[in-house]
Amino acid sequence: MALFQLSEACASYKGKQVLNKISLEVEQGEKIALVGRSGAGKSTLLRLLYDNHVVECAFLPQNLGLVPNLSVFHNTFVGRLHKNSTLYNLANLIRPLSNEQNAVLKVLKQLELTDKIFAPVGELSGGQQQRAGIARALYQGCNIFLGDEPVSAVDERQAWNVIKAITNNHETVVLAMHDVQLALSFCSRIIGLSSGKIILDRKSKGMISSDLAELYGT
Amino acid sequence: MALDVSTSLIPKSPLVRTSLWFVLVAFGCLLFADIEITTQDPWPEIKRLGIGLIQPNFAKWKQILEALMMTLAFAILGVALANFTGFLLAVVFHYRAVRVGCAFVRAVHELFWALIFLQVFGLTALTGVLAIAIPYSGICAKVYAELLEEADPAPMQAIPNGTSIVSLFFYAKLPGVWANVKTYSFYRLECGLRSSAVLGFVGLPTLGFYLETAYKEGLYSDLSALLIVFYVLISTVRKWMRREIIPVLLIAACLVLPEGGAMTWSNAWRFFADDIMPTPIRNAETITIPILLETWFWFQSLIVNEALPGILNTVVLTMIALAATGVLSLLFFPVISSLFFGSKSRLAGHVILVIIRSTPEYVIAFVLLQLLGPSMFPAVVALSFHNAAIIGHLIGNFTNHLRLRPDRSNGINLYAYETLPRIYPQFLAFLFYRWEVIFRETAILGILGVKTLGFFVDSAFADIRFDRAIVLIIITALLNIVIDVLSRSIRRRLRLQTSLDTH
Repeated sequence: MALFQLSEACASYKGKQVLNKISLEVEQGEKIALVGRSGAGKSTLLRLLYDNHVVECAFLPQNLGLVPNLSVFHNTFVGRLHKNSTLYNLANLIRPLSNEQNAVLKVLKQLELTDKIFAPVGELSGGQQQRAGIARALYQGCNIFLGDEPVSAVDERQAWNVIKAITNNHETVVLAMHDVQLALSFCSRIIGLSSGKIILDRKSKGMISSDLAELYGT
Repeated sequence: MALDVSTSLIPKSPLVRTSLWFVLVAFGCLLFADIEITTQDPWPEIKRLGIGLIQPNFAKWKQILEALMMTLAFAILGVALANFTGFLLAVVFHYRAVRVGCAFVRAVHELFWALIFLQVFGLTALTGVLAIAIPYSGICAKVYAELLEEADPAPMQAIPNGTSIVSLFFYAKLPGVWANVKTYSFYRLECGLRSSAVLGFVGLPTLGFYLETAYKEGLYSDLSALLIVFYVLISTVRKWMRREIIPVLLIAACLVLPEGGAMTWSNAWRFFADDIMPTPIRNAETITIPILLETWFWFQSLIVNEALPGILNTVVLTMIALAATGVLSLLFFPVISSLFFGSKSRLAGHVILVIIRSTPEYVIAFVLLQLLGPSMFPAVVALSFHNAAIIGHLIGNFTNHLRLRPDRSNGINLYAYETLPRIYPQFLAFLFYRWEVIFRETAILGILGVKTLGFFVDSAFADIRFDRAIVLIIITALLNIVIDVLSRSIRRRLRLQTSLDTH
């Protein structure tokens, strides 16, 4: 059975239809890029997938949902709150436990964020904050990752490593992204959205950047 | 052709219209107010006081230290307790019962609580600590509940499903509001120090006790020294108060507070079960129709002879003081504003405003009432100066962040055209926020001899008629809640930013 199954799904926001009869199946192991102009409905589709998920998945919203006053360490640890007892969580909030520190460091290493482990997230740059959000999602240790523009603020070289970390650590990945080159390099399937409809859905194999140009209207 | 210009005298702006109404009401109240100066010739005494104030005498430093220690101990324990319970209550603030309960306990002034607990526990540490902790819990609960409600919801949506509610609270909700909670608790501690000082006037061994003694003995230089040390204490709280020393301070506070020992539980029980019952019911064996009728007459006479005159005077004084506070605030704020004064004058302005707002209105009123005799005039001066110094400080700071064009006008034009219109909504918001505070203080000033509700409460306590005292306190609290509701609805209607008074 497919991991995600949408049939003729619609969604509207403030009275305006954002998704129009979307039908979609996502199989286990797929790496999918959602592409399209802003306002095409990518975020709404991701949210819909997340809300309808049958199994647990890690979700990175565009606003990241970080707690600015807490450190990168604690924000990363948030990903596993549900796996631990409340007492354990509170103890770790007051004083970071060493085993958790080591585990978090491993994640941060892949994202080149180890030196910021105890910096409050609110004091980081946009790109660093984005990577902190990804650290939280990775730390959750799920098989599925849903990410909304996960590397929009990260520089080009790091974006490559970050997407690699995401795709390596998760069996199934759905990413909304702007960067066509990254999408083609890491994803096996490309879904193009325009005005709330799927206008393209095919394997990325053999596709080149210019095939996607019309989605962005260039 | 002549342009058709509307010549109506009624201003269009709802802000100005509301303000004018309040000024009009204040003038109306002046007709009912007793504002004469009853002292025959106050000047010689004022002169002696003035000379004493500028020549502080620190010779009795042991006594000063003792007064400070006690003031600090009551304040720290009371405020710590209030922060703790207030925070717990804030988490369950969505229950109506909690909201109503908090509104009620914070509508009763610390001094009224102290008068009640003096009957129950005597002159013990518990009386002072509870008198601060109970009303402050109600205030903290409300403020913290508002902070939690305004917390950014984004982190909570990003938390994995299945996380326990406690973990969610501590990881995603609390961190976002923690800084504000910390700032507010500092502000509360400053308020607590003032409240604790004032508790001395009903006999607890805090600063107010020593102030009253020094004043009554005419030792104005001693009075001055006590006040100066108190100002230093209040203005430096934020510098020396650190998280690490809080446990030490709490333990030290417990150790220095007086034991008293006069307290007995049977005494406490008698107060609640017996003393506060209406006299006709207390004296009756069984409750019968004639007894109920008698109780009704008892209640009626209390309302007609004490509550109504008390309410009238309290409302009259509140409305005059509110308008006076508004006018004074608008005069005060420029003294600390970089738009109007250079850095040296501003420093002087800051010092003056700090002194006026750090002196509890009760202390100012006490001194002025002694000097000028018991009328509303000294009370209006005390209330309006203290509150105007607070609002003037907030507005003055606000103007320092205004970005005006480089070729702006200056002097009166700058004030009237560029500054006043910009600060006016903020100013009104603060003023209406203080309305309820002014009312609560007005009621309490009755203890000093002005015939507001506090006067009748105090007399009832003095005559050991606790039943009457409690009814009058409840009436005062209910009126206070009415003013709070009124103030909130006006602020909402005028779309005034209701900010915390910590800003």
